Amino acid sequence: MEAGALSNPVLRARRNLTDRIGEPLLRGLSGLAAALAVAALVGIAYEVIDLARPAISEFGIGFLTTNDWNPVSKDFGAAPFLYGTVVTSLIALVIAAPLSIAISIYLTELAPLRIRRPVATLIDMLAAIPTVILGLWGILVLGPFMRDTIQPALNDVLGFLPIFSGDPSAFSYLTAALILAIMATPIITSVTREVFETVPGDLKEASYALGATRWEMVRQVVLPYSRPGIVGATILGLGRAIGEAIAVAQVIGAAYTIHLSLFHTGGTLAAQIASQFQNSAGLQKASLAYLGLILLVFAVIVNVVARIIVQRGHIKDGPDVDVDAALTEAQAL
Amino acid sequence: MHNQNPTEATAMTEPNPEQQSRQEAGAPAPLAAAAEQPPAPRRDRDVGELELRGLRAFYGGNEAVKGIDLPFKANDVTAIIGPSGCGKSTMVRCINRMHEEIAGARAEGEVLLDGLDLYDSRIDIVAVRRAVGMVFQKPNPFPTMSVLDNVTAGLRLTGASRGEMDDRARQALVGAGLWEEVKNRLKSPGVGLSGGQQQRLCIARALAVEPEVLLMDEPCSALDPVATLKIEELIAELKQRVTIVIVTHNMQQAARVADTTVFMLDGELVEVGPTEKLFTTPDDDRTEQYVTGKFG
Amino acid sequence: MADGSHALLLDRGNLKRRNRVNRVVEIGSSIGAVIAVAVLVIVVGSVVLKGAGALSWHFLTTPSGLFGDTSGGMANALVGTLVIVAIAAAIAIPVGILVAIYTTEFASSRFAHPIGFVLDVLNGVPTIITGIFVYGLLVAGNKPSGFAGSVALAIVMLPIVARTAQEVLTLVPATLKEAAHALGIARWRTILRITVPTAAGGLITGSLLAVARAAGETAPLLLCNFIFAQGVLTDPGEGLASIPLFIFQSSESPSPEAHTQAWAAALVLIAFVLVLNVVARAFYARSRKRMGA
Repeated sequence: MEAGALSNPVLRARRNLTDRIGEPLLRGLSGLAAALAVAALVGIAYEVIDLARPAISEFGIGFLTTNDWNPVSKDFGAAPFLYGTVVTSLIALVIAAPLSIAISIYLTELAPLRIRRPVATLIDMLAAIPTVILGLWGILVLGPFMRDTIQPALNDVLGFLPIFSGDPSAFSYLTAALILAIMATPIITSVTREVFETVPGDLKEASYALGATRWEMVRQVVLPYSRPGIVGATILGLGRAIGEAIAVAQVIGAAYTIHLSLFHTGGTLAAQIASQFQNSAGLQKASLAYLGLILLVFAVIVNVVARIIVQRGHIKDGPDVDVDAALTEAQAL
Repeated sequence: MHNQNPTEATAMTEPNPEQQSRQEAGAPAPLAAAAEQPPAPRRDRDVGELELRGLRAFYGGNEAVKGIDLPFKANDVTAIIGPSGCGKSTMVRCINRMHEEIAGARAEGEVLLDGLDLYDSRIDIVAVRRAVGMVFQKPNPFPTMSVLDNVTAGLRLTGASRGEMDDRARQALVGAGLWEEVKNRLKSPGVGLSGGQQQRLCIARALAVEPEVLLMDEPCSALDPVATLKIEELIAELKQRVTIVIVTHNMQQAARVADTTVFMLDGELVEVGPTEKLFTTPDDDRTEQYVTGKFG
Repeated sequence: MADGSHALLLDRGNLKRRNRVNRVVEIGSSIGAVIAVAVLVIVVGSVVLKGAGALSWHFLTTPSGLFGDTSGGMANALVGTLVIVAIAAAIAIPVGILVAIYTTEFASSRFAHPIGFVLDVLNGVPTIITGIFVYGLLVAGNKPSGFAGSVALAIVMLPIVARTAQEVLTLVPATLKEAAHALGIARWRTILRITVPTAAGGLITGSLLAVARAAGETAPLLLCNFIFAQGVLTDPGEGLASIPLFIFQSSESPSPEAHTQAWAAALVLIAFVLVLNVVARAFYARSRKRMGA
């Protein structure tokens, strides 16, 4: 080439020291950070398994079906808490999912434009309330209300069903389920709303042009299009519900065996750990860690499944539903 | 200019020789398989008569359609042409009252279908849209539904029986020239068809509810020439069943398919007349400038 | 004749029923929204109504009494939370941003994707389990401490910071980075001096949201930071009081005075968290606008 180019001092200069160090340093540091994140996850799994080991070797898989928790005789089992987790979460979802869908329909189709953002923000705020405060409210406000009003009413009308039989109690599966529903609703709503907003306008127009009412359009176009997103959102809400330890511990009371009545006190995996871990030792502590292991497996599976459903369910030829971003944003709540 | 002489209008409804010979010599007609003729028009010829009186349309404070009086002869094809932004789509969307779905949009004036004002307060907007169907610029079949379900989508809303729906679906698909191509894949997803097929599916979907008027808003602009041709041939057949109003930015297309053509500019109706006359000896200077390509 | 269309248009048929169903759904959806907002109002309202009365200067500046003694206040909890959250933030925010830088700037997609996955799984881990982890790591064989609590909180905060940082960093227009490179600016400088500052709004958002979350987390502290001496302490090597734990323990107590104190502390916490949330969202909206998202 021309000697001219090579004689240009800028081109010829070697990168200075700071630049030469800066790049690998930043790369290294950030890579280290990433490694730390991975290590944290791995560490969590490892540590929980390690702490649970004495209980695992003592009880094995039978732990999952043993319906007893007796610190005195050292008989520990997960069944009461598996039951409690499933029952409270399921009821919470049965309440939260339809409610969230209704709210999302309202926010995306019905509400006057000017109030959409404010109302959506208000509902998002529900998720920001620290769970211990929800639990406090549950103990002092919701619980007594359940005991004095709702549970007796349910008993009167549906008392022949075992789940609605028994004496009313402020601390109960039912109270816990309601608190969980309050926690799950903003999450499910947030994701569902974002999914609804990605439904292409021209599909909605096609439906209206055929002579559909607004609900018929939603049923014909919006809901089917959004189905994977709604399912993913609900499962995310489920994940939130099963993992909640504090608020549930505050309102569910305590139990050492399965109770069929929803009015009865009970326990969930997370709540039991929260209640007893501090003051336990030895086999009891290991059993609590075992409960934690079960919960961890549950939570991870639920989380992964939620994402897979959402990703696999992309409508062909539809625009890219960035539900993943919505999920991420929702989880930041 | 705004009110057509009835005799002139009738004269234009004889299919012109050019169109007819193209139809006969044209592609093997999947449109009329031997055993399945498109159903004969079930109604009188003066049903499906549309008229706009003093139609004005607004987006907020902005007046996009500025007072239009325009009759449409029943079972004719009327094309609306004009430069971008002249209000042709807006005007057409007022006919099936889709315009008011947009936030802040409203319309004034009368749209008379067989003498009944569609904006009358006694009429439910949902019923209007059954009587006046629409096909959109970009084919928009429902992605979560099969071909058959797409066609019956409108029918299912009114609670027709299963058998009746299947019947009407088939008639609609035949009418849209799609039956032969999809009869063995009725359960496959609607979006799996090619672009031109999807648009014909949308036409079938609109036809299935048996409207009197079919509005087509630039229906071929997203399609390739072969698909476009198929649809233009279809339009010539369809006008026996429905009155067709087609918005198009393509003047050659208007010349090919329309009996009557309307030229709009800036929200106003400039000229309306038999297609051939509008393109060869227009009355208005602005029309002449537009059709000779001097602007727009 | 014309009867055909008139019949079609005026005939009610099943239109009445369809309109009724539509109306029911519309009303139902509105009620749903009202319920959700009502719950928020009721909960926050309860906290405000029941807590405002007990909130006093004395309450804020006096440490809590010995167990059972409700003459004290929440000063130690206040200070403790400040210390714990500050340390947690000091860990989580830089690490989180670095992780985001790694996945958006340096990692090949082969690594970036799994790391994102790990972050999401981490986000879904119940905080009580995170508590067990840090317990086993730092507390077992040792003693509960504010620092252990901070580490646990940092793990909770990490995915929030990292994920929102990732989102924002990817939004920085590629043209900006290309322009910098074309000027001969080294990659690392580009990242630190151009990309990160441009994304600053979003980074701040993620950090604020994470801090708000950490301030309200109880479970990890319950396991890692639960024994504390009296008086206002600031040494993270020892167990420190914290607001969420204060609320938790007061709520479980049978005494009504303790309950009142719980409400008051809850008012302080909720005000803090909600303000942070609102500010964070404002930042987010602004930063997205700036980058033309």
